[in-house]
Amino acid sequence: MVRNDPSEKGATGFLPSGGARVASMRWAGRYLPVIGMPLLLAVALLFTTWIHPSFGAFDIQSLALGALPLAFAAAAQTCVVISGGIDLSVGSLIAVANVLAASTMQHADFRQALLLAAGILIAGAISGAINGAIVVLSRIPDVVVTLTTGFIWGGVALLIMEKPGGGAPQQFLDLAAGTTLAPWLPNAVILLIAAVAVVWIPLKLGRAGLLVYAVGSDRVAAFRSGVGVETTRILAYTLSGLFSAMGGLALTMTTAIGAPLAGVYYTLSGLAALVIGGVSLTGGRGGISGPVLAAFVLTLIPTDLIFLNIDPNYGQVIQGTLIVLVVMLGGFVTVLRNRK
Amino acid sequence: MTEAATLLEIKNVAKRFGSVKALRSAELRVRAGEIHALMGANGAGKSTLVKIITGVFPCDAGSIVLAGVARNFRSPAEARRAGIVSVYQDPALVPDLTLSQNMRLARVPLESVTGYLAEMGIGKVDLSAYVRDLPQPILRLIDLARALASEPKVLLLDEITAALPSDMAGKVFEMMRRWRERGHAVIFISHRMAEVSAICDRTTVLRDGATVGVTETASGSQEQIVSLMLGTDIAKAAQSVAQPGVGQSIPKDEPPTLEVRGMGLRNLLHDLSFSLRPGEVLGVAALEGQGQDELFDCLAGVRRFDSGTILVEGKEVHFRHPGDAIKAGLVFVPANRLQALLQQRAIRENVALPMFRSPRSWGPLSMARERERVQSAVTRLQIDTRAEAELRRLSGGNQQKVVLARWISHGFKTLLCFDPTRGIDVGTKRQIYSLIRELAAAGSSILLFTSELPEIRLACDRAIVMFAGRIVNEMPAREADEATLLLSAHGLVPRVAAEA
Amino acid sequence: MSARIPSTGRRPPSVLGKRSRDLLVFLRDHTIVALVLLLCIFVFGIELIRPGTVTPTWLSNSLQFAAPLGILAAGQTLVMLTGGIDLSVASVATGAAYLLTTNVSLGGFAAVLIALAFGVIVGALNGIGVALLQVQPLVMTLGTGLMSGGVMIVYSQKMLASQARVPGFIQALGSGKLWGVAPLDLFLWVPLAALLIFGLSRTGFGRLLYAIGDNRLACHLTGIRVWRILLVNYILCSVVAAVGGLVLVGSTNAADLGLADVYLLPSVAAVIIGGTSIFGGRGGYGGSIVGAVILTVLTSLLTLLDVPEPIKQILYGAIILVLAAAYARLTG
Repeated sequence: MVRNDPSEKGATGFLPSGGARVASMRWAGRYLPVIGMPLLLAVALLFTTWIHPSFGAFDIQSLALGALPLAFAAAAQTCVVISGGIDLSVGSLIAVANVLAASTMQHADFRQALLLAAGILIAGAISGAINGAIVVLSRIPDVVVTLTTGFIWGGVALLIMEKPGGGAPQQFLDLAAGTTLAPWLPNAVILLIAAVAVVWIPLKLGRAGLLVYAVGSDRVAAFRSGVGVETTRILAYTLSGLFSAMGGLALTMTTAIGAPLAGVYYTLSGLAALVIGGVSLTGGRGGISGPVLAAFVLTLIPTDLIFLNIDPNYGQVIQGTLIVLVVMLGGFVTVLRNRK
Repeated sequence: MTEAATLLEIKNVAKRFGSVKALRSAELRVRAGEIHALMGANGAGKSTLVKIITGVFPCDAGSIVLAGVARNFRSPAEARRAGIVSVYQDPALVPDLTLSQNMRLARVPLESVTGYLAEMGIGKVDLSAYVRDLPQPILRLIDLARALASEPKVLLLDEITAALPSDMAGKVFEMMRRWRERGHAVIFISHRMAEVSAICDRTTVLRDGATVGVTETASGSQEQIVSLMLGTDIAKAAQSVAQPGVGQSIPKDEPPTLEVRGMGLRNLLHDLSFSLRPGEVLGVAALEGQGQDELFDCLAGVRRFDSGTILVEGKEVHFRHPGDAIKAGLVFVPANRLQALLQQRAIRENVALPMFRSPRSWGPLSMARERERVQSAVTRLQIDTRAEAELRRLSGGNQQKVVLARWISHGFKTLLCFDPTRGIDVGTKRQIYSLIRELAAAGSSILLFTSELPEIRLACDRAIVMFAGRIVNEMPAREADEATLLLSAHGLVPRVAAEA
Repeated sequence: MSARIPSTGRRPPSVLGKRSRDLLVFLRDHTIVALVLLLCIFVFGIELIRPGTVTPTWLSNSLQFAAPLGILAAGQTLVMLTGGIDLSVASVATGAAYLLTTNVSLGGFAAVLIALAFGVIVGALNGIGVALLQVQPLVMTLGTGLMSGGVMIVYSQKMLASQARVPGFIQALGSGKLWGVAPLDLFLWVPLAALLIFGLSRTGFGRLLYAIGDNRLACHLTGIRVWRILLVNYILCSVVAAVGGLVLVGSTNAADLGLADVYLLPSVAAVIIGGTSIFGGRGGYGGSIVGAVILTVLTSLLTLLDVPEPIKQILYGAIILVLAAAYARLTG
């Protein structure tokens, strides 16, 4: 058990210093989360080509397409978790954006579709902001608020579209499908990188990112440092809403229809990607690349199962087991470290 | 008195939390160019007042006037812009950000922070280090440097020296004096009378949420301050913290209740050996972070050590869990009351908690027996039970008494008290020390660490001094005057004490 | 000398009279009274919308419908008192129900045992993660929920659905009534509730649940082996959830793999509305019972309003939020 006593480190000297072991551990602590996920993805891809030697550019394309909505869901969850919260309404917001896109774009041309997409992104951000505002203003714990708003947004999705249907212009779908630059670089990946970068890089470089991390790390200290904690938390939920809307659009692009119940899956899987991607659920630590890459690993699992001739229904079991194992392993390491 | 020089004026401020009145009518007048002490017993409302002044929360009534203008800050950021900055009891630095990111967060210029850090002698601190990796005393100074860097007209320091080693506290005082010379005001909150009389110009005393007096802090006014704080005329309250039977003869022939032989823990503890006889109070004196925390943790079964043995009444014991230590008769009173108490539960449940250690006690409980056991301990310690239903409504001193009541009702052989009077007012302090003497007189052994060196002489029979994880000196309590203890605590004693 | 400046306290003087403030204070200290009042308002609302609805039969039906939720909320209460949350209750309830109906051929009793054993396994897994490895309950139970849901999907593929059948006594338990008035499931729920309320207030185990929820570190320092209690508690929660699943399948008379999904949110909401703090250490089962009944009555109120399903869902969620927020205001 941790005894968070001020003097814990006191006796070793005032300044963090010395020791190659300490330095290497700190190095690992700082960079492992950064290189860990690409490494895992590379291993997973290598494994896939090993069990299925004909795994090629086309499979990469379908992997990217399949992972796209999940990657956005993971990104959405990451924003909120870094700010010290949790958002269990991500899946429902994805569903809302999905059915909104599929129902309005059905007879639209490409330009109109793009305008509609922009509108949906704004709507998503607003919905996220509403989530955040309720969390901040109502003083109800975020788990309960987002569990409930998730239920409500799910109702909204059903209201917009009762049964799967709708569609979108082919050009819009092509934004994610196929390859343009290189056969090994699917458009879906370019789209993902572009969309995440447009939101995340300014955030990370600017003051807003600092605020989000500060609030997630220690709310009281952040407040005393002059941070507007409530607006920052709302900002995090707004970003989550924005990424969720992107996820909904991505789902429309990859499936070409709207399905009011398809989103639910993404709340849990997005969280799974987050956990596997190495973002601390206590907030304040982690980046967006881990969860996004983890989304690809998670998507690869059912594919590999098919290649291995295993019932793909095992996919959910494996995903659940993976979350459980990862968090248990994390807990085990912490317990061991504290025992010393 | 020159009214024109009044920089900050607090008039009739009141604040209630639910049914608890934290402040009734607080008044405070601080001049430019003075160090103003704010004193009061626990629960007098000092911290609440600081938080109201700096906009952490609003007041219910009253006004804050800064340089002749009524102000009403909605956040610490707003107060900072107006020139009021506070260094709180716990550092306001975000753990998962680096130092420079923290400075950027609070919008203070980095160069000026590093400048102040250099002046305080910690200029070589790595600004790209994460706050979570830095020790607490350093963080306090960094917090202070950050506060200074925004060049406040009014600087509030809430118990900043409470856990600082004395050399660092010295640096803080130096900076406070510098601030005064620049014509700014410093409001200093501390329980340490010596510090207050050494550096403060005037003192405002709060009692039960109201200002009861303002005095010029000249030498000799200590007694006046104490009697204001206590609301009585016990002028001698300051010296007579406890009137123990110090120096009473300890039976030398009985086996020690607790013996530690050659305890070692990484580079934190080295070959510690001492013993504790029945009826003895053994004081531990040390500066911050000399291994005393680890020693107490190991004895309480919170932490495991690498080498050495613990013997209880001559038998070797091994602790894998605090429960094992308690079973062996060693009970622990941690410095931080939050680590020991259930804030939302009743006094009764808090006191009875250790009774449910074994699964055999998971079944139906006898309320009558429980009430009886709890009641006797509560009465003995004179715990104020008006707010019995929820512990958090009790004052700090009463909460600490609940921790003691828990172990008294449970029973123990050795009491491990880690700074039991940290942040506790004089009256309660006296009660706690006389209780410790009483327990010792009844045959219990007590290991007592206290950060206030003069208290060793008042409460203990014998003292050991720790430095860098070793016991560097041992002496009977009557020889343990502040100067001797301080010298040894800084490792300035050439001879290592003879084995007990 | 500064000029005289009016009070800067931002809070406006209370517009409430003394009497209504006293009422608020009373309600804050006796939240269960507020809850029962709210329940009465809902029932009254139903009678207002459709006069003649509120009859003894209606009341009996409502209690019967509330029982599965009330039982799921019982487990949830236990876990939330320790500062945790169990998001696997719905999967466990579904899984238990599904295992029951597909194993009837082994005999009713054996099928019930298998169903409860499923609860024990998932609960033990939750407990090991949360208690021993100190994983956050939210993620742990989410993971085990996902996992057990997946296991059920795989299992359902292997089983022939034609074998599935709800045994008679479970069906009676879920939908039968004694003398046509007293729902049989109350004969399970009421003793369970009594046991829980007694256990929480008058046993060492109950004390420890509150204590751990309030301050886990303090319990550790006081010599309590926290993990034991948490482990037992998570197992209890899952077993109770499995029981809830059995009662539920008794009332629907068919188990599908989405059987209890709709109960996840209400099981948490009933506990929150019932006044148990999600941070632990405060609350009790009494409130959760009223919370479960309120949510059940709310459902029938929405059904009476005759609005489309999506709107019902939105209203239901919104009302939960309003209730929880009102509760937070009242006690905060």
